[in-house]
Amino acid sequence: MTATDNPQTTTGVPFTLNGKAVEARKDELLIDAADRHGVHIPRFCYHPRMNPVGMCRMCLVDVDMGRGPGLQPACMMPVTPDIKVDTESEATKSAQDGVLEFLLINHPLDCPVCDKGGECPLQDNTLSFGPGESRFVEEKRHYEKPIPISPLVDLDRERCILCDRCTRFAKEVAGDPLIHFIGRGAQTQVNTFPDHPFSSYFSGNTVQICPVGALLAQPYRFKARPWDLETVESTSAVDTTGARVLVQSSRNQLTRILGLDSDAVNWGWLSDKDRFAYQVTESENRVTEPMLRRGGDDLTPSRWSDATKTAARALRGDPARVAVLGGARLNIEGQYAWAKLMKGVIGTDHVDCQLSDGLPAPMALGLPRATINQVCAPGGVVVLLGPDPKEELPTLYLRLRHAIVEDGVSLIELTPRPTSLSDLAAARLHCVPGTVGQVAAALAPGVSNESADAQPADQMTAARALLDGSRPVTVVLGRANLAESARYTADAVGALQRLVPGVTFLPALRRGNVLGGLEMGLTAGFLPGGVRRAGANFPAWPFVPDFDGKDADGIMRAAANGEIDTIVLLGADPMEDYPDAALAKAALERVSTLIAVDAFVTSSAAEADVILPAALFGESDGSFLNLEGRLSPMLAKVTPPGQAKADWMVAVELATALGIDLGFVTLAELRAELSSMATTFASVDWNRLASADDGPVLPLKRQWVLEFGDAATPPAPSSYGLRLVVDHKLWDQGTMAQESPSLAGLAPPALLHLNPADVEALGLSEGTPAIIDRDGATLEAPWVADPSVVPRTARMAIRLPGFDVRSLLTVGRSVTNILIRAAGGTH
Amino acid sequence: MSRLTPENELLASEIISRYPRPKSALIPLLHLAQEQDGYVADDAMEHLAELVGITPAEVLGTCSFYEMFKREPVGRYLLNICTNIACQLTGGEELLHEAEKVLGVRPGGTTADGMITLEDVECIAACTEGPCLQVNYRYEYRVDPAGLRKLVDDLRSGARTDIPHHGTLQRVRQHIPADRLGGIEAPEVAGTPAWFTARQAPPSEQKAGS
Repeated sequence: MTATDNPQTTTGVPFTLNGKAVEARKDELLIDAADRHGVHIPRFCYHPRMNPVGMCRMCLVDVDMGRGPGLQPACMMPVTPDIKVDTESEATKSAQDGVLEFLLINHPLDCPVCDKGGECPLQDNTLSFGPGESRFVEEKRHYEKPIPISPLVDLDRERCILCDRCTRFAKEVAGDPLIHFIGRGAQTQVNTFPDHPFSSYFSGNTVQICPVGALLAQPYRFKARPWDLETVESTSAVDTTGARVLVQSSRNQLTRILGLDSDAVNWGWLSDKDRFAYQVTESENRVTEPMLRRGGDDLTPSRWSDATKTAARALRGDPARVAVLGGARLNIEGQYAWAKLMKGVIGTDHVDCQLSDGLPAPMALGLPRATINQVCAPGGVVVLLGPDPKEELPTLYLRLRHAIVEDGVSLIELTPRPTSLSDLAAARLHCVPGTVGQVAAALAPGVSNESADAQPADQMTAARALLDGSRPVTVVLGRANLAESARYTADAVGALQRLVPGVTFLPALRRGNVLGGLEMGLTAGFLPGGVRRAGANFPAWPFVPDFDGKDADGIMRAAANGEIDTIVLLGADPMEDYPDAALAKAALERVSTLIAVDAFVTSSAAEADVILPAALFGESDGSFLNLEGRLSPMLAKVTPPGQAKADWMVAVELATALGIDLGFVTLAELRAELSSMATTFASVDWNRLASADDGPVLPLKRQWVLEFGDAATPPAPSSYGLRLVVDHKLWDQGTMAQESPSLAGLAPPALLHLNPADVEALGLSEGTPAIIDRDGATLEAPWVADPSVVPRTARMAIRLPGFDVRSLLTVGRSVTNILIRAAGGTH
Repeated sequence: MSRLTPENELLASEIISRYPRPKSALIPLLHLAQEQDGYVADDAMEHLAELVGITPAEVLGTCSFYEMFKREPVGRYLLNICTNIACQLTGGEELLHEAEKVLGVRPGGTTADGMITLEDVECIAACTEGPCLQVNYRYEYRVDPAGLRKLVDDLRSGARTDIPHHGTLQRVRQHIPADRLGGIEAPEVAGTPAWFTARQAPPSEQKAGS
């Protein structure tokens, strides 16, 4: 089944199911057709999102194709016209009974201590279709119980029924075949290669799809019984994909997150970060009460009224001297409340929910938007003008990978480095930082390859052929390199728009609800609904800022120069997260009042004068706007700890302390006002949001005319220098991962990646660290020769343990040139 | 024990070049690794994974499926004594006991000098010649206890030059120069195979498909 199936356009295949005449879709598998007609055929190995293999034989049913009935696996059999299927015949029942008896021969009867007990397909099928008693009196097969196959997943091989779901997932869906059937016959087991753990970003999915308790999530193991869990449907806020999830709790604690099979978004898959980062809510380091710095002393717990009073005092001054950073963690409602408080009440426009690591707001808001299903539609062409999706938007990566591998989508990479999709790409254009705009412009017909900065001619030809207009083109657009100005990406966008009229974009930004933040006006120059500030009419707001504010870079510079008095951090941690570490430090130390709305005392919050404790994921009701513009519910399952409050309530509290009525005291009032102010939200039926399948896609088709100049020429590289590429890894030292015990240790050590040719040219020798020099600022770093690095570039990931690459980054530079020499060298 | 030697790595690349896809060369490469070390070492599997572009787990999956790829070190000679019915009736079990006594190891064990690994096996398809056994998969027929003792002595003394060490598949290697290979294409590139002739489907099937 694919997302593009449309029952109206497929011709039916008539067949008989248990005596009733029914119709299957063309090429539909018998098991799916039976499901649609309300006949459940038991199965273990079949999974609708993976190719069938017919391993378990549980779905054997009586099929008469005209030569008399015979047993056929329903998962391997496309329905053909006029077959007669009997799922309740004696032969079927006998087969089901027999298959289950065989499966249970070696399956331990340890259900009372098994995590899966209560939601186990093997239990359920045995009860419904299996033998009542066991005839097996011999010793069962034994294995060591359980063995860790990754830092997050345990494997109990005794329970495994060899259905091939996890191994198929690893190979087909995730593309990380690190688990495999080992051995043969009765000794077959699923396992990893010794010392090569199943360290896939998607390992948790195997636990969810395991039809027995063989694969166990370590964070959930022995934590709860399935029948004790309460569940809500929600949306993951780990990245902008907005994967649909089930959030489960037991005794007011988040205990588990499961992927929800949403046709439009994540197909039931999650990254391990989506799945396990809920642990952050249970962290011991949570801020559970307001903190106040009284006269230069340490931060001490205080009352809400004192904390908000202190904060309000700092916010009363000149609005042009107040700034807000962050807001991607907040839900839509929190973002609206804060946008109204800061822009409509305080009157400042110095607001940015991105920390100089995203896209300019007009680009993220105004480009014609594609949905994930449009990007992944069979036969399309996708241009990746952004980061490695596996590292930054892993669930989107799974959709893209499927589209390329299974649905004939062709990928053109316009990236500063090979990505996890490179092996599957139809054209690979890896651009030295600063040249992506030129390369994109050179894709136009009739332009000579020479202007494409030495891209291989065959790749240019392949890319041109794909962009000739015969196939629909979409662009996955993001920020691929923090050490390169976003203007080059803008140049490439402009070139692609000229080249392919009607091209649509999927803004693949990284931070949680950042697109919601932009839509809600948490960015300079814009108000909720993507309305430009200048000339806007917002009757429900007491005020609209009378100046165009600064973005994060501008705010940081102004603060460091003493032009900003008060900064409000909405879950932002610029000390650790802003690309220019020195500037962040100077800025936060210079301002007279720093207000942090956060759940943790981050490095930045530790500098704050007031910390207001905020509720996290799963602790407050709200909604999430994903990268497609899909508004989906993000619901509370547990109560926030201590005195922590939902972000919108914090805004209301603060307004009250300022002596102002923000205009809403309930979520319903807030949403009503939001819908009336933001035209894009006008048609949203908030009450049906939770019951709608995946949430509505908002009409964000803005078609703004964005003026991009001709490709800007980057500064010429110095003959000794390398261009720096800085990006993110999924596991890093971000707060969410660090405060989740199972994820904290997963960040790999920081490493400088260099092309082997450059290593040789630089004269680096194995075992000696490299000294990176950027205009005198130096950094000693371990390095590795990596053939995937584009020659004349150097690649590092940000926020990894070891060294802090941010000391090399300075805001405002178009590209970052570095010199490298061996440590201990004299030159 | 070890990755492929540079010579064997060269040989491996030649083997790989004979297949439309590198992965298809996996089983010949596993034989190569077993020939080098007498067994397929973990490091060798990792090396093969690099050479054919799959994960070590996939190499292990293939390797462990086949009984004749040994993943633990075995002796220079692998002694397989059949204990299946025909050999059992003619004295196969007694032969196995004799072997245990002579070698001082149980089935699955290797002698202290690393020369001989003893295994009991199911039918090796020489029932008319029982009791029979194999040394590195070379047959010995109608073996009696005295014959077994002599066999072991000969193996230890090096008198059995006709039997190469465990893992050797062939002693004369066929080399096909790369320029004479030709004609190997990936299935999606290749046209209809020569052996495939278009065959009219029978009328009943035509009806079902139309």
